[in-house]
Amino acid sequence: MPDSDPQPARELDALRLFREPEGGAGVAIRATLKRDLVLLMRRRSEVLNPLVFFALVITLFPIGISPDPELLASIAPGLLWVAALLAALLSLDSLFRGDYDDGSLEQLLLSPHPLPALVLAKVAVHWLLTGLPLSLMAPVLGIMLSLPAGSYAVLALSLALGSASLSLIGAIGAALTVGLSRGGVLLSLLVLPLYIPVLIFGAGAVQAAILGDGVAAHLAILGALLAVALILAPWAIAASLRISING
Amino acid sequence: MSLRLQARKLACERDDRWLFRDLDLDIHAGEIVRVEGPNGSGKTTLLKILSGQLADFEGELYWDDQPMRLTRQDFLANLLYLGHAPGVKAALTPLENLAWYQALAGEPDDEPARFAALSAMGLVGFEDLPAGQLSAGQQRRVALARLELIPRALWVLDEPFTAIDRDGVADLEARLLAHARRGGCVLVTTHHELADSPALRRIRLGQEGDDAGL
Repeated sequence: MPDSDPQPARELDALRLFREPEGGAGVAIRATLKRDLVLLMRRRSEVLNPLVFFALVITLFPIGISPDPELLASIAPGLLWVAALLAALLSLDSLFRGDYDDGSLEQLLLSPHPLPALVLAKVAVHWLLTGLPLSLMAPVLGIMLSLPAGSYAVLALSLALGSASLSLIGAIGAALTVGLSRGGVLLSLLVLPLYIPVLIFGAGAVQAAILGDGVAAHLAILGALLAVALILAPWAIAASLRISING
Repeated sequence: MSLRLQARKLACERDDRWLFRDLDLDIHAGEIVRVEGPNGSGKTTLLKILSGQLADFEGELYWDDQPMRLTRQDFLANLLYLGHAPGVKAALTPLENLAWYQALAGEPDDEPARFAALSAMGLVGFEDLPAGQLSAGQQRRVALARLELIPRALWVLDEPFTAIDRDGVADLEARLLAHARRGGCVLVTTHHELADSPALRRIRLGQEGDDAGL
């Protein structure tokens, strides 16, 4: 190695400064989880917005269509699922936006830890504070649409499973559009087609529960979709972020 | 293992204009390299390329005498980059901000070290306020506290003196020199005139004829 530095003491010091890439990815992931949770808990309105939107939309349907319980019950699964899906979509735009604006996204990308794992932590927080509350709230709104008894648990479960996939798929779109100043519409266009399978099997599960059919198949497919999303989406999100930052 | 960042035949084009062409760089331990040039001459772009954030350029980067694509993990583990945006979350306190950076860098969680870093930056008494309530200069100081907190050999700093008061500027300049003396290496863009020192080297961008003289 050609010694570019004449002072040996300096070289020694430089060696002490050197770092080997080491473990600690778990620490970084935990810290990212904690940071995002704290951030969102301090900006309650961002957490409440999708929930309020969900409640408002569902409240308007009986008023707009008809208060007839039989009619409402037949369309309730689809309505609840569509409204929850749109509510989740509404909150996606801010997933990486804040980090992009203040420069922390650059720092995230320059971390020596695997980026897919770090973004997975961010998506997990998004699901915990959007998808999970939505799925817990859905049964309450189901009462308003006179959803038949016996399908409430399936509704909550299908939404919990499905919204995790929605968060993962949506994060790919959010990552791709983070560099654009008005990426919201583009994000919806990118992501909605990919949401359709989740919507079909999610609403289908609730419908099956109402009709008394077996729901296991629907839930299994939702689970399978989630598994595929969990495996592939983190890499896609990481690659999309790299593309966005490059622009 | 040696601290050495090299670039060969670096060229970058933006909007049909060459920001720089045939730029050869050799940056090693104990140096402060100041990238100079007027606004829009590509200083930030060069820093982003050298810190491995942009892929849209021609030429080759070498770290530790090996091509960057082979040693990227190793490079990132030794890099501390401070961009235009300070990367400080307004809703988090300075301590919480630093805690995330500490974990992200793979350092052990160390609260006293974070306090020490903040007090070295003159932020005693502001540790537990949301960073959004601090002034622009104080927020920049929170970001600069990472220099104190996270030991890294290569510092890449984009306009670190922005919004810093006069004492702070002198302090930061001394910090850069001390880092170079310790065997580290600093790559910096600034419009602030750095005091001459044997460690200081200049790279000028945006000259006519595209020759970036060393």
